[in-house]
This record gives sequence, C-alpha cells and structure tokens, in this order.
Amino acid sequence: MKHARLTALSTLLIVSAFSAAEAQKKTVVFLSGQNRDVGYTKIISMLSDDYAKKNATFSYQHQAQLTDLTQRLQLLANSGTLPTLFSINEPSLLAQLATKGDAADLESYFRDLGIYSKLNPVAVQINKKLTGGKLLGLPLELNIEGIWYNKKIFADNGLKEPKTWDEMMAAADKLKARNIQPFSASGDQKWPLTRLIGGYAARKYGADVMDRVKDGSLKLTDAGFVEAARAVQEMGKKGYFGLGVNTIDYDTAVDTFLQGKAAMLYMGSWVLRDLNDKTRNKIGEASVGFFNIPAVKGGKGTINDWSINTGLTVGVNAKQLDKATGDWMKHVFSNYANLAMSDLGMLTGFKVTKTPKTIPALTKMTQTKLNAAKNGYLWWEGLFSPKATAISQDNVQPLITGDLSPEEYMQQLQNALK
Amino acid sequence: MNKTLSDWKAISLFVGPALILYLVILFVPIVSSLGLSMQEGSPITGFKYVGFANYERLIHDSQMWKALWFGTRFALFVSAGQIILGTLLALLYHFYLKHSSVLVRTLIFLPVVLPTVAVAQMFSKMFAIAPQYGLVNGLLDNLGMQSYIQPWLGQADTAFWIICIMEIWKAMGFYAILIFTGLVGIPEETIEAGRIDGAQGWNLTRFIVLPQLTPIMVASLIFSFNGTLKVFDTIVALTNGGPGTATTPLSILMYKTSFVYSEYGYGSTLALTLTLQCLVVSLLIYWRNRREGN
Repeated sequence: MKHARLTALSTLLIVSAFSAAEAQKKTVVFLSGQNRDVGYTKIISMLSDDYAKKNATFSYQHQAQLTDLTQRLQLLANSGTLPTLFSINEPSLLAQLATKGDAADLESYFRDLGIYSKLNPVAVQINKKLTGGKLLGLPLELNIEGIWYNKKIFADNGLKEPKTWDEMMAAADKLKARNIQPFSASGDQKWPLTRLIGGYAARKYGADVMDRVKDGSLKLTDAGFVEAARAVQEMGKKGYFGLGVNTIDYDTAVDTFLQGKAAMLYMGSWVLRDLNDKTRNKIGEASVGFFNIPAVKGGKGTINDWSINTGLTVGVNAKQLDKATGDWMKHVFSNYANLAMSDLGMLTGFKVTKTPKTIPALTKMTQTKLNAAKNGYLWWEGLFSPKATAISQDNVQPLITGDLSPEEYMQQLQNALK
Repeated sequence: MNKTLSDWKAISLFVGPALILYLVILFVPIVSSLGLSMQEGSPITGFKYVGFANYERLIHDSQMWKALWFGTRFALFVSAGQIILGTLLALLYHFYLKHSSVLVRTLIFLPVVLPTVAVAQMFSKMFAIAPQYGLVNGLLDNLGMQSYIQPWLGQADTAFWIICIMEIWKAMGFYAILIFTGLVGIPEETIEAGRIDGAQGWNLTRFIVLPQLTPIMVASLIFSFNGTLKVFDTIVALTNGGPGTATTPLSILMYKTSFVYSEYGYGSTLALTLTLQCLVVSLLIYWRNRREGN
C-alpha cells in the first residue's frame, strides 16, 4: 500500500513538473516570405537556433510563405493566430494591423528592451515613411538602388559613368550600335522597369516627389511624370532591354549581366549576394561598377538622392510581447547586423559593431555610397495601395512595347490612387 | 417502381443526402457570395453594407469588360478547337485506326493527365526568345526566317493564340475519348444501313454519325465552354495574365481583386458575373439543342 502511494506521488510530481516546463516553454514562429536559408531569414534562424541551444524552454519555428502572403496573413489575423514575426508585402496592411492592435509599435518596444540604439536612424526614418510615421516593420535590410555596370564593356567602348540621363541614353545608343545589349531587365517581374520611371520622376521633381503625390500637390498626369514614362518607353522601343524583355525573369536578368551579355543592370544592393558569388559572376568583381540614376534636364533632384529601402517588411505580433519574446529579441537583434555582415556581406538597418576582417570589395563600395547618401526616397510604388501597385506594374509591360501611351499609363495610375 | 417513386419517405431517403450535400457545398457559398457582393472591406478592416454599389462599379469597369471579352473570345476559339479536333480524332480512331488505336489514344490523352504547370513550362520554353531561342524561334532561325522571330508570349496578340493552342492541345484528348465512347455506342447496323443507302465519307458522318452523337456533343460543349470560361491555372502558369492585362480573363481579375487588392466585395461581384456567364452559356446550348428537337 505504501509502495503504491509512493508511486502515485512520484508520478504526480513528474507530471506536474513536466506541465510546468510545458507552460513555461516559448515557441517563436516566423512566417517568412522567403526560404530559411536566404538573406535575413537565414540570419534570424541562425541566431534563434543558437539561442534555443542555450535556453531549453525556448524553441524557434520557421514557416515559409512564398506566395499569397497577404491572403494568409488576413486569415491568420482574422482568426487571432498571427505568428510572432511575419513578413508582409503590403506596408498599408501592416498599418491596418497596428490600428487593430495586432502589430507592435517597434520604437517603444525596442526602447523598453534597451536595444533601440542598435537601429540605424536612416533605416528607421525610411521605414517610418511606409507606415504612416510609426516604426512597425523591422529594418532587416538596408538597400540602395542604382545602376550596376560592366566597367570593361564601358572602357572598351570609350564610355564613362554617365552623369545625366542624356549621357546614359547616348551610351546605350553607342552600345546598341555595336551589338551590345545596353540594359538587362526583368520585364516578367515588372518592378525593375517601373523603378526607372520612379528614378526619372525623383530626378525631375526631387526626392520628396512621391510624398507630394500622396498629399495631392502633384498629380501623376503632370508633364514631368508623362516625360518619365516616355523616357522609359523610348528605352524599350529602341530595344535597349534586348529581346523579349517582358518574358525575362529575375535570375535571367541578373545572369545576363553577370555573364557579360549586357552592359547595365538597374538593381538594389540585395544583388550583392549574386555579385559576390564567384560561381555566378563571370565578369569578375573588379569589372562591376555602380552609379545612381543620372540627373535629368531641368530636374530638381540630384544624384545624391538615392532610392533606399529596408527590404520586405517584417512585423511583430503585439499580442506576444512577453518577457520570453523580449529576451529572444534582445539576443537576435543585438547580434543581427554583425552576423549578416560577416556571413552574407549584407547591409542591414542595424548598426555593425564588429566589422569582419574581410568584406567583399563590392559590399564595401556599396556601403560607402550608402553612408554618403544625402537624401533617401522610397521606390515608385512605396506609398501606393496594392491596387495602384498592380496597375503600375501590369501596365509597364505594354508601355515599353508601345502598346500603351505614356499619357494613358499615368492617367490609369492616377485614377487608381483615388 | 411507381410505388417507390411516389413514396415521399423513399424519395427523401434517396435524394435527401445528395440534396443536403449540394446545398452545403454549392448553394450556400453562392448565397454567401451574393451577400458579400453587397459589402466592401476586408477581414482586417471589417465589412460594411454598400447596397448595389459594386454592381454599379461593375458596369463602368473597363477592365471587367476587357476581361469578359477576352474570356468569351478564348472560350469560343478553344471550345471550337477542342470539340472539332476531338471529333476528328474520335472518327479517326473509330473508322480508320479501329483496333490499333490504343497507342494513339494513349498518346493524345497523355496531356490531359499532365500537370498544367508542367505543360505551361513546356510551352514557355518552346516559344522562348531569351536567354536562348526556344524550339519555334530556333526553327525559324534555322530556316532563315529571322524576320518572324519574336517574343511570342510577350505580345498580347501572339500570347492569346499560344494560350489557345496550349489549352486545345491539353484537353482535346479528353473530348476525343468522350466522343469516341459515343461513337462506339452507335449500332453497327445503323452505319451499315447508311452505307447500303450509298452514304460514304462526309455524307455518312454528317447525316448518320453526327446526329447520333448529338447528346454527347452537347455535354462536351457544356463541359468545354464552362471549363474555358473559368480558365485560371493555364494562364497563370503561362503568362500570369500579361503582358499587362492582355490575357486576363474574369477568373484572374476576380482573384486579383479579392486577394491582391483585398477588395473582397467587388471580387465577389466579379465571381458572380462569371457564374452568371457560365449559366447563360449552358442554358443557351440546352435551349438551342431543344429547339432543334434533340
């Protein structure tokens, strides 16, 4: 009898100890827009795995959602089951989630945790623009966009880094006449083409151009925007993007440049991971140069204004801001910048405190340009609604083939802003 | 038998479960969609009643008319192709290949069971222009017809025809088999009698075979029209509705409106438009068939 009581008591103790441990166990889930081994997802996973090893009650789970991210998030938010971290490709949706109390205000949260100083102020400023002046997204990347060029092709053809749009077009003319494809671009992705329109508009009206569109003081049907659309249409009609640009996907566009088959490529600094990859970069690191969108005639913008962004927005679930999440975040975001730089040569919106001994030359060059940037502006569709974004990107394909006039392109876009 | 059919308990037992299932999986979503079409909003922002505003918007939406016209044109060409080629193939199996048609039937049926994405990838590579010429442009290049080399899938007009060809190629085997089963069902004596009366070739087909096939042809037409009006995966996989919105049918417009723009109310209105279009087409085919006395 005594033995039976002892057994029952032991079992009870084991069960209650197990239950207590279970109750304390914290699982952080990251619903990411990319696979586990890519970019910022890789860095967060590495740091979380490392944290889990030291904390038996903590576990980390990565979920990839490569398509229909918005739809999934809407369902999860509606059923009150948002994960701890979530990628979100529509900043306007993140602002809606914050209004409902589902997305955390990261400025106050990071201040409470004592890690606000880890953030790069430029990244914070850029990120706040996207979500109505509040810091709702983690600045996991810090990218500048511009035109990468093949120095060898330029030198062989007596060309220099263009300072004006006209110089760039003259260079493209010369290259085209010598059977060299001037630009590589993915028309299948569409945004690499609309970025050129946005770049031209920023040079024409200045870095605050899209803020003025948003507040209504500029209309997309104004002459400068039509001129921007016409300039990019001309590039398409003259064949500067090569054959079948609207069928070219992202990787093909990058590879065309990296294999020396095109002289220029408009792309953000996230392309560094491809440029630094010796197996893909056949033209060699030393052959790659980088310049900003050149100035346009009579424009207010300067080549010191850069298109800067912080990558795909990642929000934090406001309903999971407990102590365990805070401890994990402190660990991850205190080490994030250093690991991203040393492991991937990636520039992020967090401050690097321990510079690796060897940084790839192109990463170093891009970082120097980013540090010297005087003004930052968002990409063309940064402040657009999802519908206006889709119209901007869908219509750029017929625009560059000449099937849609620049006036119609801007008119349809202006209508979508209402 | 008559006793059973006039017994309400028996009818409820036999029809009841199927009817309940039908109501739950088909009728309820349609009614729910109808309700949603009179609202605007999203699961995050909440929904509000807007009456017939979405229907008013529908009438003035040029993109909707463009998508409706694209879908109708697509359905007409593809259904015609699928049924005509399906019938010709079935006649070929039955009258010319007879017992040795198994291999041909299997080969032609094969695309039906292939995943659409795989078929679209194949077509995409066939008509590619960059980074390398695909089969078609490569052939044109080798034949010295460089002026015909073009981005087939990057232009609105050529992309339309390639999607049509792909959809016809993918499904014609299905209709060939369907019509073949109808042909097998025609009594040999009927054909023989026609032959004795002097009907041969086209006359035999037109006056003896095709009238016998009418019921199965009507069913095939309804299948084909409804399938092509609702086309989605083929186009998403091949052109994603582009270039621009040149190959966007109602189904893709509905998807984008609901799940990309988060306009669920208007998306439901578009979905109901598509449902109505399918219903009208099916009724038209039935009505025409009944008027002809079949």
